Amino acid sequence: MAGIPHDHYEPKTGAEKWLNSRLPIVGLIYDTIMIPTPKNLNWWWIWGIVLAFCLVLQIVTGIVLVMHYTPHVDLAFASVEHIMRNVNGGYMIRYLHANGASLFFVAVYIHIFRGLFYGSYKAPREITWIVGMLIYLCMMGTAFMGYVLPWGQMSFWGATVITGLFGAIPFIGEPIQTWLLGGPAVDNATLNRFFSLHYLLPFVIAALVIVHIWAFHTTGNNNPTGVEVRRGSKEEAKKDTLPFWPYFVIKDFLGLAVVLLVFWAIVGFMPNYLGHPDNYIEANPLQTPAHIVPEWYFLPFYAILRAFTSEVWIVQIASFVTGGIIDAKFFGVLAMFGAIAVMALAPWLDTSRVRSGKYRPQFKWWFLLLVIDFFALMWLGAMPAEEPYASFSLIASAYWFGYFLVILPLLGVIEKPEPIPATIEEDFDAHYGKKSEATPAE
Amino acid sequence: MFKKFVTGAAFALALVPAASFAAGGEGHIEDFAFSFEGPFGTYDQNQLQRGLQIFTEVCAACHGLKQVPIRTLSDEGGPGLPEDQVRAYAADNFEVFDAALDDFRPATPVDHFPANTALGAPDLSLMAKSRAGFHGPYGLGLNQLFKGMGGAEYIASLLTGYTGETKEEAGTLFYENTAFPGGWISMAPPLADEQVEFIDGHANDLHHLAEDVSAFLMWTAEPKMMARKQAGFVGVLFLAVLSVLLYLTNKRLWAPHKGKKTS
Repeated sequence: MAGIPHDHYEPKTGAEKWLNSRLPIVGLIYDTIMIPTPKNLNWWWIWGIVLAFCLVLQIVTGIVLVMHYTPHVDLAFASVEHIMRNVNGGYMIRYLHANGASLFFVAVYIHIFRGLFYGSYKAPREITWIVGMLIYLCMMGTAFMGYVLPWGQMSFWGATVITGLFGAIPFIGEPIQTWLLGGPAVDNATLNRFFSLHYLLPFVIAALVIVHIWAFHTTGNNNPTGVEVRRGSKEEAKKDTLPFWPYFVIKDFLGLAVVLLVFWAIVGFMPNYLGHPDNYIEANPLQTPAHIVPEWYFLPFYAILRAFTSEVWIVQIASFVTGGIIDAKFFGVLAMFGAIAVMALAPWLDTSRVRSGKYRPQFKWWFLLLVIDFFALMWLGAMPAEEPYASFSLIASAYWFGYFLVILPLLGVIEKPEPIPATIEEDFDAHYGKKSEATPAE
Repeated sequence: MFKKFVTGAAFALALVPAASFAAGGEGHIEDFAFSFEGPFGTYDQNQLQRGLQIFTEVCAACHGLKQVPIRTLSDEGGPGLPEDQVRAYAADNFEVFDAALDDFRPATPVDHFPANTALGAPDLSLMAKSRAGFHGPYGLGLNQLFKGMGGAEYIASLLTGYTGETKEEAGTLFYENTAFPGGWISMAPPLADEQVEFIDGHANDLHHLAEDVSAFLMWTAEPKMMARKQAGFVGVLFLAVLSVLLYLTNKRLWAPHKGKKTS
């Protein structure tokens, strides 16, 4: 394997040799923990650890919640209140789980945008990127189904709206929707299967996370310069890297502790800030809430879904060309999934040979605009579907697609990148000075 | 670098908007100063007891509290009634249907408050969490950061928001209310000045009554709030110490590999 050369585990005692020749698990753990990591990683690289923590937090709190929760339309809402009122520490477990989902998405969005800026998706890390996108999709599915379980008004109507998207698929849409719901409408069968899948998917995510880590441990981490670690010899590699343990474990834990401090303050002092009040009203199929709004982490893509109404010319053309098979609703669904698909295709859409955005003078600005665009879409997703928000949504959606489909391919051709450092060591020393001329640590 | 990261993280979290927005027809919510607001806010036990009395004498005629076990009236961080009083309160005020007896019997502390008795009167157990008083600015919900969700404010504003105007539509009488979305509510003004008398002679004008019952309904919606805030405070303190220790460890760990910072 084309990994970075480094020291491997050598069994010394008889017992170690005995185990190693039967199950080389110590070596596997050693190689994973001691992986040479570019020493110039900045603070944007801590979010992987935060994400790993989130997955564990969600699984642990989730398993405890399941011990007290009842997945039945008549009992689900009351069982959640039972957790909040009667289960020892139940209110904390539930608030941790509900807000943990938000922390998970905060972390994944920063993680994704870090990858987009520093070109972490580029060769040879395409598989890491694609697996990451699959994890993100699974997270969205898990979060969506989890939000249905408390069986509040937003649970019920959110489920109705989102499964309705599948109904927009021409010809086979309605049978698919019925099959997904287990009936003609969201009901007990829906709640039961969502509960089942909500329990299953996190373990699928855990497996994908292992593949994700396996993939980037094969290629090595990207880093802020985008320059690869030198791999000619162990000595050369050591100049560019430090082992993951203890250097990056401690650094990442510091980042995690600060993030958790903010997280804990939210859970302790304002646990319902990120939720929707309507979900404290028990689901009522006969009463539609005034506004059905998804959770904040779905809003950017919800905005894209709603942006393409039948008045938009591109929708009219699509409808005309396909003889009405692609109507506005289906177009919106395609756009929403397309918005994630173009992101997944970034490794092949970006033509620049320079990996890191740090050395791309024009890219920087387009990327900044993409970040602003993302927040704009998030805000627009929460706004009512009326002017001027509809027009803004359309412009913001257009930029999202434009960034990936037009700007990334073109920039690589027209942009003149700045000189990149020859090695990671050079970049590191430029920041911190050479070891030999270093002043003693304060 | 560390500063950059902290501001980055804080920025990312601060920008996360609550999924809420103001839309046309929203009522006006007044900002009441409740004792339970803010990270250190606590319930006022006397106020919760007054609120319980108002609920029992007025609201309970139509509304239910079906999620709330009566025994929790003696819980810490709540109205804190002695257990014998709770037993007497349950037996004196409510009857529940007992399937084993196939008949009604006086309620006991292990029973929940009854469900609503009037058609259309919503259950109030979670009312203070199922209404958001504040949405702004620009629908970002950021003022909730400072004022809280405003559920109790919504209830208090609603109870004091009647203008006295009425209209009849399809045989139903509607009352104009400045806090209710749409402006017209089918609930007749439930509270008036001096409607409830307190043993200790506490002020019982409409404003005070509305405030007291809203505080009580905040407690029914979030009975563990005080324990939660305490856990929050301890956790934040612990994590702050942990962060400092990790910062020092990290600095020491990396020192041999870093020279003087040049940029």
